[in-house]
Amino acid sequence: MKALLLFLLLGTPLGVKAESETPPLTQQLWSFSGMRGTFDRGALQRSLQVCKEVCSACHSLKRVRFRELQALGFSAEDIKTFAQSYEITDGPNNEGEMFTRAGLPSDAFPNPFKNDQASRAGNHGALPPDLSLIVKARAGGADYIYALLTSYSSPPRGIKLGENMSYNPYFPGHQIAMAPPFVVDQVTYADGTPATVDQMARDVTTFLAWTAEPESETRKAMGW
Amino acid sequence: MIPGIDFRKWRNQWTEGWKDRPKILLPQRLERTREWIDDRLPIFSFARKELKEYPTPYNLSFLWNFGFLAGIILMVMILSGLFLAMFYTPHVDFAFDSVERIMRDVNYGWLIRYIHMNGASFFFIVIYIHMFRGLYYGSYKSPREVLWILGVVIYLLMMATAFMGYVLPWGQMSFWGATVITNLFSAIPWIGEGVVHFLWGGYSVANPILNRFFVLHFLFPFLICAVVFLHLVALHRKGSNNPLGIERTKPEESIPFHPHFGADLGKYCFFLPPIFLENPIITSLLIPWAVPSKLAGVALMFSAILVLFILPWLDRSPVRSARFRPLYKWFFWVLVGMCLILGWSGSKPPEGIYLWSARIGAFYYFFHFVVILPWLSFYEKPLPLPTSLLPEEEG
Repeated sequence: MKALLLFLLLGTPLGVKAESETPPLTQQLWSFSGMRGTFDRGALQRSLQVCKEVCSACHSLKRVRFRELQALGFSAEDIKTFAQSYEITDGPNNEGEMFTRAGLPSDAFPNPFKNDQASRAGNHGALPPDLSLIVKARAGGADYIYALLTSYSSPPRGIKLGENMSYNPYFPGHQIAMAPPFVVDQVTYADGTPATVDQMARDVTTFLAWTAEPESETRKAMGW
Repeated sequence: MIPGIDFRKWRNQWTEGWKDRPKILLPQRLERTREWIDDRLPIFSFARKELKEYPTPYNLSFLWNFGFLAGIILMVMILSGLFLAMFYTPHVDFAFDSVERIMRDVNYGWLIRYIHMNGASFFFIVIYIHMFRGLYYGSYKSPREVLWILGVVIYLLMMATAFMGYVLPWGQMSFWGATVITNLFSAIPWIGEGVVHFLWGGYSVANPILNRFFVLHFLFPFLICAVVFLHLVALHRKGSNNPLGIERTKPEESIPFHPHFGADLGKYCFFLPPIFLENPIITSLLIPWAVPSKLAGVALMFSAILVLFILPWLDRSPVRSARFRPLYKWFFWVLVGMCLILGWSGSKPPEGIYLWSARIGAFYYFFHFVVILPWLSFYEKPLPLPTSLLPEEEG
């Protein structure tokens, strides 16, 4: 059922059949996996940088509010400053006009696009999904997200890519509209960690696992 | 002052009398109140008779706890569901967001939701153990047919409730679940499509069905409570069956329900093994058969439950407990195995080996009830039955 739904959701819009087999997902060792897993705070804090500089150019993260970033180990002051770096559309005001203001800790990450149509128009017709729940919403979870982010390659012989498509063996149909998101040293990590593609993918996946289940640590601690 | 009345004397008389009044202590006072109420509304004597003194076969095994456990889970489900309903919005535009709000913003909302979700799975696990216990020890046989049938009604209501609860978060799985299951009714000849549109309240799975599913999901647990009450009335009328499957004839064969069994229950409440099932086993029956013909598939799925209603009349053997039925015992375990295979196949895509394992399982399920049980009833030579539950008289 799940596989069928995924196929319907992701496979059909592209209108392409899987020409070669999808390689099996490699099980990664995540800080948050297992019954006592907790999120690696270093990865979470680094990933916020990637998130801001890379992901949020196209993707929304509508279920995460800035104030919740306290769980990542930031202070209330840090969060206030971080929120202020975003511009939020609010309103209408008393004149009936929408206006922009600096972000507050109670705001959610703003959508980079006004609406789905604008988003498609800016992304060659493809709609970048909201990332708040993406780890829960994809079969394979964190391992899938990590594999997807790190497995871009040139297409094997005999496969003709559609316009603006990239080859990714883990994406259903193997053709994905998202261009390879990371290049080496795309961000300069504040803690000095070398920003390899693998490192960024790992950090972002950890972050998205947190956004999908922010209660996970409390839950596991309570259950244990 | 009013002339002629000595208030001081009065007051003294009162206080003196108050001091010398017959001393009635608080427990006695409460006891009198209890008797006063009980005379007018006999709830206390009812509770004592049915919850404390209720004569229970003294040889019950741990398997007899699961009915009571199911009752506890029902209460947990109703309570957690009540709190969820306070935050849930039954509208297609807000349902998923309200569920996510429960998971993220409501204090311990995630805990309540997971209690409700996993509680539903545990409810079915407990009910399946309860049902298979009934099958093994012949608890459905005379004079407990109505008790059994009421149980099957509860099981049906539970499945309907669980399905509707599954739809409420309005995610992709919910939506397709609602679409597939409501479409089953389109298999009914002539009126099928009309029935489906009636269920949907429109021409597609949309807001009306989400709204009514929420209303019904809230209502059904209370219907279940009502049937559970009848189930208990029927149980207390004829008393529990027991592992030997023979009727009690002497008072020494019984012990009061409380504290012997009441205390046992506590243990199981806290030490149930953590197992999780994804699907109620019976849904898997649909998958293989729906492929050749939708009507046949749907008919078979419902028959899988209906056959349980007539079970007391399919199994004509006068011996209840499988302990004294050397052949039935084996067929019982084969049935358990087949049901597990069915449940496992049901969680897989309907193709290749899963399709065939599900077909074989479904075929055997009916074969067991419709052919094997009636045949066993006259073919099998049961072992000699003991005359009493008491060990010294068992022989």
